[in-house]
Amino acid sequence: MPNSFIFNYILTIADNSLILAQRLGELCGHGPSLETDIALTNISLDLLGQTRSYYQYAAKISGENKTEDDIAFLRIEREYNNCLLVEQPNTHFGYTLGRQFLFDVYHLLLMEKLQHSPDETLAAIAKKGIKEVSYHKRFSSDWVKRLGDGTEESKAKMQEAIDDLWRFTDELFYMTEAEKQAVKEGIGIDVSTFKEKYYEEVSEVLKEATLTVPENKYFTKGGKEGIHTEQMGYLLADLQYMQRTYPNMQW
Amino acid sequence: MTLTEKPNIQENLIPVLKTVSDPEIPVLSVLDLGVIREAVEENGIVKIKLTPTYSGCPAMDVIGDDLKKAFSEIGKKAEVELILSPAWSTDWISEEGLQKMEKYGIARPLSESHDKDVLLGEKKLVKCPQCGSTNTHLVSQFGSTACKALFKCDDCQEPFDYFKCLK
Repeated sequence: MPNSFIFNYILTIADNSLILAQRLGELCGHGPSLETDIALTNISLDLLGQTRSYYQYAAKISGENKTEDDIAFLRIEREYNNCLLVEQPNTHFGYTLGRQFLFDVYHLLLMEKLQHSPDETLAAIAKKGIKEVSYHKRFSSDWVKRLGDGTEESKAKMQEAIDDLWRFTDELFYMTEAEKQAVKEGIGIDVSTFKEKYYEEVSEVLKEATLTVPENKYFTKGGKEGIHTEQMGYLLADLQYMQRTYPNMQW
Repeated sequence: MTLTEKPNIQENLIPVLKTVSDPEIPVLSVLDLGVIREAVEENGIVKIKLTPTYSGCPAMDVIGDDLKKAFSEIGKKAEVELILSPAWSTDWISEEGLQKMEKYGIARPLSESHDKDVLLGEKKLVKCPQCGSTNTHLVSQFGSTACKALFKCDDCQEPFDYFKCLK
């Protein structure tokens, strides 16, 4: 894969959406109710649409003979730059929604900044994405509140999910070399500028959900630099199956 | 191009564009939906700029193919380009389109601030397209497609789609 900073910068944003879309897509037909099943796959579809726009752009600037399909499906694990949060499995509905919520808050804040990037394509994708992501955030915040402030069991499960996923939140604000370079060149977003706002917004919803904001300060990272959790291999095996079995399939 | 700016569509191409509809809402033509941002004929080739309602909307590929087919039937070649900016808004749906939509059973998008209220279940504003009652409630923020939410009428008991406001 090409090694230009902008190419890698696009991947740090786009891979999050691809991997999360894959996780949500796994639930198609398995959601807890028809309405939530449809909602989660709709969110997956939005994310996939955004991903395609990013990869088409990345393919164009790659300078090699790459297509969006190559970028999405033919990289090895170490070449995916998604954060660890989005690759975590769908263990239970509360966990899926907790993961979604912790990502959506970040995603919307990022899109709001990215829409002003002087890079026209990134700005256009973000501007379009904001409209979709704000619905995602509304949906996941709503569920976190409903489950947190719900029955004894739903509250316990939601709290457990947030406590477990908390260790992946700090990585969202860790900057890779490509990100630092993109900031320096003026097209990228310095994610550290909205870290405080992120935790504020997250805490606000958790409090409204009558959940405890975790105090855990032990964070883990690595995904954005290609060092993933054990979950990633299984996910990629599924994601890449079709393209590897029937090479040159098109999206 | 700003949101209010009219799309650049050549007069003589309109009859053909009118025959192409959204596969998910077949009563709406692509013109009603406002997804055509440009359609001009240059050197015998019809160049069309299409904007998706949602990034991942699967209808867009189908619409692109349908447009090419519709023009090939009158002996013209069409090229379709997908553009993202400016982002599509529900304001671009024509009044005629909104009326057709309601007749078809989909409640029309309200204004942005109203939309927030109804989707958070705070106010009852969405009118049932079957019986006209506003005694309705939100079942799910995501309906049969990304652009719709699912509602149910508490008077006539019928479920129906609401076209989410996108601005």
